[in-house]
Amino acid sequence: MSHQTILVEKKGNIGIIQLNRPKVLNAINRLMVDEIVEQMEAFDRDPDIRVIVLRGNDRAFAAGADIEEMMNDTPISFELRDPFAVWDKMMLIKKPLIASVNGYALGGGFELALHCDLIIAAEDAKFGFPEVKLGVLPGAGGTQYLTKLMGRTKAIEWLWLGEPMTAQEAAHYGIVNRIVHPKLVEEETMRFAERLSKQPPISLRLIKEAVNKAVDSPLREGLQLERKNFYLAFDSKDQKEGMNAFVEKRAPHFKGE
Amino acid sequence: MEKTFETIEYTTKNGVATILLNRPKSYNAFTSTMNKEIISALRQADRDEAVGSIVITGAGKAFCSGQDLGGVDDNTNHADLLRDNYHPMVRAMRNTSKPIIAAINGVVAGAGMSLALNADFRVMKKGTKFVSAFMNIGLIPDAGFMYVLPRLVGYAKALEITTLGKPIPAEEAKEFGLVTEVYEEEEWEEKVVSFSEQIASLPTVAFTQAKRYMLNSMHESLETYLEKEAQAQRIAGLSEDHQEGLKAFAEKRKPKFSGK
Repeated sequence: MSHQTILVEKKGNIGIIQLNRPKVLNAINRLMVDEIVEQMEAFDRDPDIRVIVLRGNDRAFAAGADIEEMMNDTPISFELRDPFAVWDKMMLIKKPLIASVNGYALGGGFELALHCDLIIAAEDAKFGFPEVKLGVLPGAGGTQYLTKLMGRTKAIEWLWLGEPMTAQEAAHYGIVNRIVHPKLVEEETMRFAERLSKQPPISLRLIKEAVNKAVDSPLREGLQLERKNFYLAFDSKDQKEGMNAFVEKRAPHFKGE
Repeated sequence: MEKTFETIEYTTKNGVATILLNRPKSYNAFTSTMNKEIISALRQADRDEAVGSIVITGAGKAFCSGQDLGGVDDNTNHADLLRDNYHPMVRAMRNTSKPIIAAINGVVAGAGMSLALNADFRVMKKGTKFVSAFMNIGLIPDAGFMYVLPRLVGYAKALEITTLGKPIPAEEAKEFGLVTEVYEEEEWEEKVVSFSEQIASLPTVAFTQAKRYMLNSMHESLETYLEKEAQAQRIAGLSEDHQEGLKAFAEKRKPKFSGK
């Protein structure tokens, strides 16, 4: 499959999607989101892939949305085209999604990173929602994801002022998982992804489903889902392998079955 | 292309970029233009592959006498003065990856002292004295002064310098480690050149990592530091200068670092 706005690569069990509009600091347009989501879905179905990495280039993860593309939109043109609906499909991806951030992750770029399960960022990466400075607000989930991660108190301040957030601040508020040397973002992301790719894939997806449930529903429902997923794990070969390896005092080898 | 500046002179020679504070009539006191031009010159030097070290020094009798009080009056908001003029300069010095040497040729007072403290190395002309001066006019030392000083000389000495306002002669500053070298007046220029060229010949990638992580190590946990150390050594280990260092060691000669 050929793409216009992204590059796709497989390295072992890791599927890599690289945003590729370098001339505009990877500003996100509608085609790019469609291509990203299509590729994520393809990796999600690909039995060889265990972890999906989303990355930009050295200067930017993605510096925002393509403003020119939406300047002349109207409420009805938005309603008819419904450009944000495709973003929701990212939430249905079952495999681990890692955002690897060098440089800017602003506006739509930050939202894209927030749709991933983990963020690994360069020490000098910059996050933020500058939409308020253009007289609008985030439209692809920014107000919701940010608030769920950092809490209302700080989220509203960042969203109102639209100031850039350093990687250290983002880590402090629980948005970023790891901060790494700017020159090692790719290497450290791959090291993390490889580690994750050796974990039992079925456990990972059942955990992801249960954790997402915790964010979004009453405790009782979450506990029930966790319990069902726990029971479900016992139908996997990986559970047998994991427990046998433990008893036999050897390292397990998980196949994702 | 080298920019022309109004309040400083920027030149490069033999791997050394020199930022000459050039308002000798007012003892090189800071104006907002000077703050901005220093930032711009630092960025230029950091980008220039031929540059290995950066010297900041003063024209005439002074290194830098601090804020130009000509613009300070009853209406001055000191917080804004810092946020707008000095803090961007302090950050720029910190973010400059190459070594910055303050070559203190004369009067060094107030924010001029802060400028010297924010440099990575200080060399000083014999007969000059550090003068904190801030508390003498009822202010606290600013522009990063109180952040960096205790990290350089320890808290007790830093508090003494900050509050007592006693001038510190070059020799005494060298004794407690605030300056690296003190040079006689007649050998000053020659020695500054040889010191800065020596610093310029250090393996730049390794120096950059040391600068980036050692100051922070004073307020970060061992665990945080150790992971950063691993990553920093990975970067240094990939540098051409590391290969050159290994080769020179094997060949029993002095390494010749390219800065890459």
